[in-house]
Amino acid sequence: MKVAYWPGCVSRGFTPELHGSMQAVAPLLDLELVEIDRASCCGAGVIAEHNQELADTLNARTFALAAETGERLMMNICSTCQGAQSECQERLDASAEYRDEVNSTLEAEGLAYEKGLVTNKNFLWLLVEEIGLENLKKKVKRPLTGLKVGPFYGCYIVRPTDRLGIDEEHPRDQYMQDLIEALGGTVIDYAGIYKCCGFPIITMNKKASLKMAGTHLADAADADADCLVVPCPLCHLNLDLQQPLATAEIGRDVSMPVLHLPQLVGLALGLDPKALGMNKHVVKPTSVIDWSTAVVGSAPAGGGW
Amino acid sequence: MPEYTLRLRRYDPESGEAPRFEDYQVEMESHRSVLEAILQVRGEQDGSIGVRCSCRAAICGSCGVRSNGKPGLACHTHLSEAAGRSKDGDNVIVVEPMGNMPVIKDLIVDMEEVHWKKIRRVTPWLVGKEPVPEREYIVPHEAMVDVTQTMACIQCGACVSDCLTMEMDPEFIGPAALAKAYRFVGDPRDAEQEQRLLDLSEDPHGIYDCTHCFQCIEACPKGVAPMSQIMRLRRRAGSDFGIDDRNNGHRHEMAFVKNIRKNGILHEADLLPDSYGGKFHPRAVPELISSLPVVLRALKTGKVTPTKALLHQHKADEGTKRIFETIEAKEQRLEYNLYISGNEDDLADDPADTAAPAATATVVAVEETMTVEENGDGSGTVTVTETVVEETPEGTVVVEEKVTDEISADGEETLTVEETVVEETVAEATETDATGDQGGEQK
Repeated sequence: MKVAYWPGCVSRGFTPELHGSMQAVAPLLDLELVEIDRASCCGAGVIAEHNQELADTLNARTFALAAETGERLMMNICSTCQGAQSECQERLDASAEYRDEVNSTLEAEGLAYEKGLVTNKNFLWLLVEEIGLENLKKKVKRPLTGLKVGPFYGCYIVRPTDRLGIDEEHPRDQYMQDLIEALGGTVIDYAGIYKCCGFPIITMNKKASLKMAGTHLADAADADADCLVVPCPLCHLNLDLQQPLATAEIGRDVSMPVLHLPQLVGLALGLDPKALGMNKHVVKPTSVIDWSTAVVGSAPAGGGW
Repeated sequence: MPEYTLRLRRYDPESGEAPRFEDYQVEMESHRSVLEAILQVRGEQDGSIGVRCSCRAAICGSCGVRSNGKPGLACHTHLSEAAGRSKDGDNVIVVEPMGNMPVIKDLIVDMEEVHWKKIRRVTPWLVGKEPVPEREYIVPHEAMVDVTQTMACIQCGACVSDCLTMEMDPEFIGPAALAKAYRFVGDPRDAEQEQRLLDLSEDPHGIYDCTHCFQCIEACPKGVAPMSQIMRLRRRAGSDFGIDDRNNGHRHEMAFVKNIRKNGILHEADLLPDSYGGKFHPRAVPELISSLPVVLRALKTGKVTPTKALLHQHKADEGTKRIFETIEAKEQRLEYNLYISGNEDDLADDPADTAAPAATATVVAVEETMTVEENGDGSGTVTVTETVVEETPEGTVVVEEKVTDEISADGEETLTVEETVVEETVAEATETDATGDQGGEQK
């Protein structure tokens, strides 16, 4: 399967292991990634709060560039991109007059946003809806047996439900649970699954932001999770990069590895943790590595890093 | 009739006992509301259940609860809808009091601290412009339409219940009060818009503490979308009045926009100092020192190389730059408000809009007659006949609508509506148009 691939900003900035692990996993899923390289940041909601038309036009261009690759299906690897782009797309699709206004800005570059042309799906949605979990199961080389995984979705990919097309037919707010099970792991239910990581207010209200991250990490630890998995690199920043500060904020000594979605898939498909960039995390995913070495029965746990 | 298990959270703080869940069985049709089920249980099984309600029609905002995890009005939640979210088995509905508020008893919460106090805090009344006009204020229609969404709020507290910032910081002004604030900041008759925004920006728990988590949008039973109103407050404060808030929210927004204008994609290492007003801003120094460990952690783990942290290779391309230049040069911000304008496809789906070319039909005459027949035993018939003459490009149509209301002796009413086209004159031009004759109009 070929998709127009939008990696986003943070996966090429402060979480390079996300982009890297996606590229490592794609061939194993027979997924060809045609990268949209000229496109700009989705605005993460911040540009939209500054100037809605600006955000809508930037994303209209991203969709137009995606269409230029010749593919109709665009894939992102970031909950925030999914949410921010869906929000702009909802407005662009609502009115021909508004679309014309936005397209008049894109015209100079010979681009135009066309309603209904490009479908944008997060890697998670693509796994379940396009590749299919039954199909994925057949590719699993190292089932996550005994690994207790807590899903953490990130706000932008679960709310608002109508905009994101979450309904009985597409229970997209259950996909992570389904995926973890399909990969052979155990789903950990805890209070923070659908809550906010706190990242968007880290510069405005640091205390509340860190408290959010810390609380979810501690809740997951109390529910006996070995690790969390996130489809959003911004959540990863607050949950992993800020974890020492976040857990200190709530006065708990927690060490909770946080995996990017492609890393979890990659592990089950037999890839080496290091090849998935798991050595680049602030919180060493020792529990996950111990698990994987126990399964493979090779090198000693945590050896080398 | 389906049977539901109503699992109510019972708690009486004065009793000294811990909260507990109690199950009640209710037989009720699935389209009935959660509130009806609670009231039936209270009436027939356990009179000690505490619940607050009044209108039972989603108007008064008294019966906010969480049913199977989702906050909303108990009177506005069908049993089938709530049961559909059950995690505890078929037809189990767990009803809990709203979150972020102390419980007074069972489902009744104390909304004073987190809701009413904050509503009062945003000066929830119009501060009229002087001089007060002798008659009404004259305002542009669009400006008033803009604030209608926030006016739909019925103060039920569902958004406050699930606000994720309030969960961590109860001092946050919160979604309901901020939506209310926009109701006046967006009202052209208000004299104190700037002062209101300055006040909100000086609050250490103000408009920039919202995390964009969308919980309030999902929770609101009235479509107020408080988060969207918070974003409008930010646009007004930052872009229209140039207000820098004390939490660096506007600086962060401007730094983010500048970052993308320059780099196309986000360069995190620049964003942080710029969010505090630049590397050399006095405010930035303590913040940057406190975030130094984060950057060091990123460097240490090999996430980021020193060159990557300092130099960003990606630069915005021409297309991106042009978009910024074009849109930032516009005198007025363009905002497409879905609440007001909707989706044109949905509008087209409405048969009332597609069935007849309503916009081009002109009503030229209306005639109304009413007859009353009484039989003396309390029964009778009332008939209202309305004859409407409409002129459309296709011709003239005369429609007669007859509404008959029959009342039987025991007070039962039967209403019938009959619509008949009495006369239809087809204009000549339309006939020729239908045959595809382009010259038809000249006839």
